[in-house]
Amino acid sequence: MLAEKNILPILWGGVLVFSALVMTLGSDLKWLFEFPESLHVPIAGFLDWIMLGFVDLFKWLFRFISRVLEWPMRGVQGFLEWLPWLTFASLATFIAWQGGGRRTGILTLVLLLYIVIVGYWYEGINTLSLVIICIPLAVLLGFTLGVWGHKSPKANAVIQTTLDFMQTIPAFAYLIPILLLFGFGPVVGLIASVIFATPPMVRNTILGLNRVPPEVRESGTMSGCTPRQRFWWVEVPTAFPQMLIGVNQTTMCALGMVIIAAIIGGFEDIGWEVLGRLRKAQFGQSILAGMVIVCLAIILDRITLSYAKRQLPTESHTGLRIKQFIVGFIGISIISYILAMFIEPLRIWPKSLEFYPADTMNALVFNIIANFGDVLETSKNQMQYFVLLPVKLGFTRSIFPITWGFALTPTIIGIYWFIIFLGAAIALYFRHWKIAIAIPFIAGILYFGITGVSWVVYLVVLPLFAFSLGGTRVTLFVTGSLIFLMVSGIWVPALVSIYLCSVAVAICIILGGLMGIWASTSERISAIIRPINDTLQTLPQFVLLIPAVMFFRVGDFTALLAIVAYAIVPMIRYTEQGLRTVSPTAIEAGITSGCTPAQIFWQIKLKLALPQILVGINQTTLFGLNMLVIAALVGTTGLGQQIYLALSKVDAGGGIVAGLGMALIAMSADRMMRAYISRTSK
Amino acid sequence: MPSANSVKLSCESLWKVYGNNPEQYFTDEIGSFNVEEKFQNLTENGSIIACGDVKFDIPTGSIFIIMGLSGSGKSTVLRCLSRLVEPSFGKVELDGLDLLNQSPKDMIEIRRHKMGMVFQNFGLLPHLNVLENVAFPLKAQGISKNERLARANEMIDLVGLEGRENSYPHQLSGGQQQRVGIARSLAAEPEVWFLDEPFSALDPLIRTQMQDEFLRLQRQLNKTIVFVTHDFHEALRLADTICIMKDGQVVQIGTPSEIVLAPADDYVKKFTSEVPLWKIIEAQSIMEPPDGKEVDRPSVKPDTLLEEVMRLFDGKTEEVQIVNESGECHGVLTPVSIIRALYRDEKKVG
Repeated sequence: MLAEKNILPILWGGVLVFSALVMTLGSDLKWLFEFPESLHVPIAGFLDWIMLGFVDLFKWLFRFISRVLEWPMRGVQGFLEWLPWLTFASLATFIAWQGGGRRTGILTLVLLLYIVIVGYWYEGINTLSLVIICIPLAVLLGFTLGVWGHKSPKANAVIQTTLDFMQTIPAFAYLIPILLLFGFGPVVGLIASVIFATPPMVRNTILGLNRVPPEVRESGTMSGCTPRQRFWWVEVPTAFPQMLIGVNQTTMCALGMVIIAAIIGGFEDIGWEVLGRLRKAQFGQSILAGMVIVCLAIILDRITLSYAKRQLPTESHTGLRIKQFIVGFIGISIISYILAMFIEPLRIWPKSLEFYPADTMNALVFNIIANFGDVLETSKNQMQYFVLLPVKLGFTRSIFPITWGFALTPTIIGIYWFIIFLGAAIALYFRHWKIAIAIPFIAGILYFGITGVSWVVYLVVLPLFAFSLGGTRVTLFVTGSLIFLMVSGIWVPALVSIYLCSVAVAICIILGGLMGIWASTSERISAIIRPINDTLQTLPQFVLLIPAVMFFRVGDFTALLAIVAYAIVPMIRYTEQGLRTVSPTAIEAGITSGCTPAQIFWQIKLKLALPQILVGINQTTLFGLNMLVIAALVGTTGLGQQIYLALSKVDAGGGIVAGLGMALIAMSADRMMRAYISRTSK
Repeated sequence: MPSANSVKLSCESLWKVYGNNPEQYFTDEIGSFNVEEKFQNLTENGSIIACGDVKFDIPTGSIFIIMGLSGSGKSTVLRCLSRLVEPSFGKVELDGLDLLNQSPKDMIEIRRHKMGMVFQNFGLLPHLNVLENVAFPLKAQGISKNERLARANEMIDLVGLEGRENSYPHQLSGGQQQRVGIARSLAAEPEVWFLDEPFSALDPLIRTQMQDEFLRLQRQLNKTIVFVTHDFHEALRLADTICIMKDGQVVQIGTPSEIVLAPADDYVKKFTSEVPLWKIIEAQSIMEPPDGKEVDRPSVKPDTLLEEVMRLFDGKTEEVQIVNESGECHGVLTPVSIIRALYRDEKKVG
């Protein structure tokens, strides 16, 4: 332990000197700044070759599956399209009421009425029918895999690793092999959605079954159950509430993926509508259509969640008994159908009655842009000039008289490095060697920019960083990931992705942290923030792009906004929760030892809440990387863009490599954070 | 008190060892190896001995209590008896039937008809109401719905939960939940009743009340009971026989007064030191030989507790005589002999 303590500062010092030498003396050596192509390994080509071989061999099988799935899909779609909207809406409302009582019922009805009135019933139902077929498939598959994982530790190990990858590899990346195997069309969207929506069901099934108390299991055995009786009568019912949570998450994933899949298998569904409108810069239309997605998301979330909650002891709403429910269901079907037969608008909402204020909204948006264009533009530019560009390109390439008001003269550079040096020296004087090391590194990144630092420096600094945080295994993983990113030829886009994500995460940490702190001190703020957070997290990520694009057009800044909007949620949540769950005893102990409120906050509350907050930061990072790919739709460069390019060319190898790169970045960040968290919470 | 009944449940040389392939150490016959050596070998090999070389016989209709602190292996022994935990080695016999040789299928039949078990944290099924929970073992047997609900209703009356039939476990207090657990364990009319720290999760007052209930039920039902507890007072209060365990081994087996009056070692003695002896010791255990005097003095039965004997001494009485059912005088007790016993005067005791 002592040896390690002494060796780390020395290693860091050495690395610092080495990095400084590379960046100064080596600045003329091209190979230091561009990863030499001679070291590239044709991983993408190799994957392509394997993939194509596989496709040639098994195409018939997958095409067959695709055919088989097409029947029920068309059937459900046709049926739901044929069904009068009144029948569907009243049945959905009835199901929602059965699960969650009056409030859920009314909410469902109102949101469905919006879809009807705005005239997107057909598109909405098309999307919904995909989700409705997807859910039972994903739930059944997830349950089976989950049971298998619960029963066999070996299977569990394989399943958990696969799930980790599936959750971190962007969905778009595995759309490509699916396209190759299953062909184009709506069925592909369905299959992709099933694959994407299964993991939460698997996880929750395993979790639920593992959490069955041993005594309950034993009581089943002692009651004389056969293993099969015990499983179906004791273990499954006890794990059931957790599994319903899984159904909820699976449903939301399915919806998200069905919408995203519209990009490849566009067929008159609501995702396609939004995307098309967005591309044509028809904001009013895209908002109205986007709202339909929001409605669908909220309906599906509330209904599935209400059934999950109904299992909890505290829930008072029980609904009808199953027999009465079936009678009611049939009764409502018949009555609403007869009504719709006689009154045409209840069957198909007439065009003349649609309320579609897209033009008004467009005018409004243009008005806002016309009036506040300056403000919007200025804030965007300031952000670009003073934050985004320096981080991306460094001060050397971003400080110009036009933007900053002064040029980067040798004097200013000298002053800059002198201040940095002084800061590090002061930190060292007070024996904070970690700060003394961190200051020049951060200063260096800002000076040269994330994309301007030599790959050699990354190759020494990041492994050492990983080693300081978590030890050998994490270090190996991080090093391996770095090498993969470099030799597979995606190093530059990877750096761009890292840059955008780190800015977004930094903003999330600061803003989200402050909001979390605020929410932890005030019930009212907490009550305001919570539903907003819930909604942000339920929405398919795609929807968040609409307002950002509307006001700021495409580009890094727009993507940044969308990423922050999505990734800030865990930061706020975990900060608030962490601060709120600090034990009152610890605070009382602080008060009685004479701490000032500031001391109580900094030295007790924040310290004790730190592990939770770190978990929040970790989640925020993962969410950010996740959203990054979606945000590539609005024109960011980086790995996300690579995946899209691959998707449009159906280039399996390139897409998988870029997706894998994304996953490795996410997993490296996650491993390092987790190593650090487990150390701080000890 | 149980008379000299036949043995209902017994175990011999019972071992449960966790570690790498512990079976390799148990190739020899029961009783043919040196226990201490085995302990040493297993410990050196890094195995964990949850229980080792446990042996006892439980007579029909008696309450057998396994007492020990946490980690002493008492729950493991209990679970080995029902094969909830598979013993590494040994012999368990129920009515002379070797349980460890039964197929899984036969074991299910035995559990269905001969065993009932109560758990510390109740082990109720959260999705079933009280009635369905109690009827659950009968459902597993495939008994028709009407019949099993009728039987469950009887059990609910027996444990005094009338009116709560349709409640769910989470709506009940701890004491009530354990009543459900008890009713469920008795629903299939088992012959052997296992209770694993049944009252440990309850408040002290409720605990005493449940202990009284338990004794009442046992007077009514007369099951063969294996009861695990870490509470020495509870053991003294309920047991016919107490088995004290430590580090996976049996330290002492005896009646409550045997254990209190003659603790096998310092470990047992520590438990007995705070026990109100007058509530445990029977007159016959410490009486002096009859003196043959024919005086008018109070007489008590041999199994009368000192607590009652002491009340008989007043200004005039200096001796109490112990008389058996046929009226013969067995011995006498004086205040001095009682005081000596309560002071644990070793010479007089035992």
